Amino acid sequence: MSKTPPLLQIKNLRRLMLGPVSLDVDVGDCVCITGSSGTGKSQLLRALADLDPHDGQVWLGSRACSAMPPDEWRAAVGLLPPESGWWLPGVLEHFHNGMPVPLDRVGLTTAILDKPVTQLSSGERQRLALLRLLANRPRVLLLDEPTANLDPENTRRIEAVVTAYRREHDAAVIWISHDSEQVKRIANRHLELIDGELQEQEMEWAPWLH
Amino acid sequence: MVTLSIADLVIAALLVLLLALLSLWQRAAISRQLVIAAVRTAVQLALIGLVLETLFANARLGWVTLLALGMLLIAGREVMARQERRFTGWWGYAIGTVSMFLSSFAVTVFALVVILGSDPWYAPQYAIPLLGMLLGNTMNGIAIAMDRLTSAAWEKRNIIEARLILGERWDRAVSDLRVQAVRSGMIPIINAMAAAGIVSLPGMMTGQILAGIPPVEAVKYQILIMFLIAVGTGLGTLAAVTIGSRHLFDERQRLCLERLRSG
Repeated sequence: MSKTPPLLQIKNLRRLMLGPVSLDVDVGDCVCITGSSGTGKSQLLRALADLDPHDGQVWLGSRACSAMPPDEWRAAVGLLPPESGWWLPGVLEHFHNGMPVPLDRVGLTTAILDKPVTQLSSGERQRLALLRLLANRPRVLLLDEPTANLDPENTRRIEAVVTAYRREHDAAVIWISHDSEQVKRIANRHLELIDGELQEQEMEWAPWLH
Repeated sequence: MVTLSIADLVIAALLVLLLALLSLWQRAAISRQLVIAAVRTAVQLALIGLVLETLFANARLGWVTLLALGMLLIAGREVMARQERRFTGWWGYAIGTVSMFLSSFAVTVFALVVILGSDPWYAPQYAIPLLGMLLGNTMNGIAIAMDRLTSAAWEKRNIIEARLILGERWDRAVSDLRVQAVRSGMIPIINAMAAAGIVSLPGMMTGQILAGIPPVEAVKYQILIMFLIAVGTGLGTLAAVTIGSRHLFDERQRLCLERLRSG
């Protein structure tokens, strides 16, 4: 019986000071990556989204990144960068695929849809950027500190929305976090980026994730 | 036509000197530059006058082409120098020069062969001034458009990458920037056409009238030139923005800002 390939397979990825990084991420996985600032966590996610040149190879299922058109790859391997970009004046105009989840599940109301983007707070932008990404239905989520600007209550909401998405869509998540409590709440694997390489960390057994 | 003597020019030069003294007295600190620029004007124009006289006397295609290429290369350098965040390496020079070659040369040859029908078609008294006017204007348009494109790409990295991340192709991710760049490159000639004859009398028409050509004939030439410049500038700007915006991305459609000069 042939084993099904992991959802995301990274082999010897290198970028500047980063790497070599090799990692298999399976359907349903939530992999948390921690590490002190400047170690290249964001670089790793940018390389995985194929936004920066890199060595090594990444596969989505059986398809290699280099063999897929870049726009298709990025739609499937969706990055949430620390700072979101908005190019149209209104919020709603950016959601031509509709809302993936009701706004109250991320602590927002529909009134926000009529606001100009320039009037949003950083926390509002961050949550809307996540929804905009989810509306694209990516198979893999690359989240670069998605709760950095949020209060504890909204942080929990975002964690719940991402977990639900992962289960409903057989997706996988790579989540960069600075908060060890958050890692315990959401991840089934924890890796620390030290000197450009990923090191597997012990996880407390969390049966509700499996 | 009233021909000018050297003495006439000396009188005009004295006026410039007077202005320089005036600004010296006003401590405007511009008199030095003014005098240098005035000397440059006299020397450069005298030289090109000699070159054109010689060229007119030996109207061979090879010589005309040589001068035309020289003008193109100088204009290409000028386009490069006017961009704050131009592309590094040869690209910074090549994009503007190739675009001007595609637009100015094509439009000039078209006008010479199809519209003017001079004999021979490369007759330098038509070919060189026509090309000069086209190059001068497309140079402006391309420089403005490229400056706009590259500086906007630099400032809007977040937005361009946000669009790439959501699965848009590179050409859609920079579509707004391209439209803005082409528009700003075209605006000077559109304004010039709109104001022609009302606010300003265009230089070429004025020159022909001074040379004794009936105004109606001079106006016809000016209209032709305006249209040619508009087409040349439009094609050149489109070409430069198309090539330039593609070169902002690599083969994997990644935004490559390291291809722009950082300072």
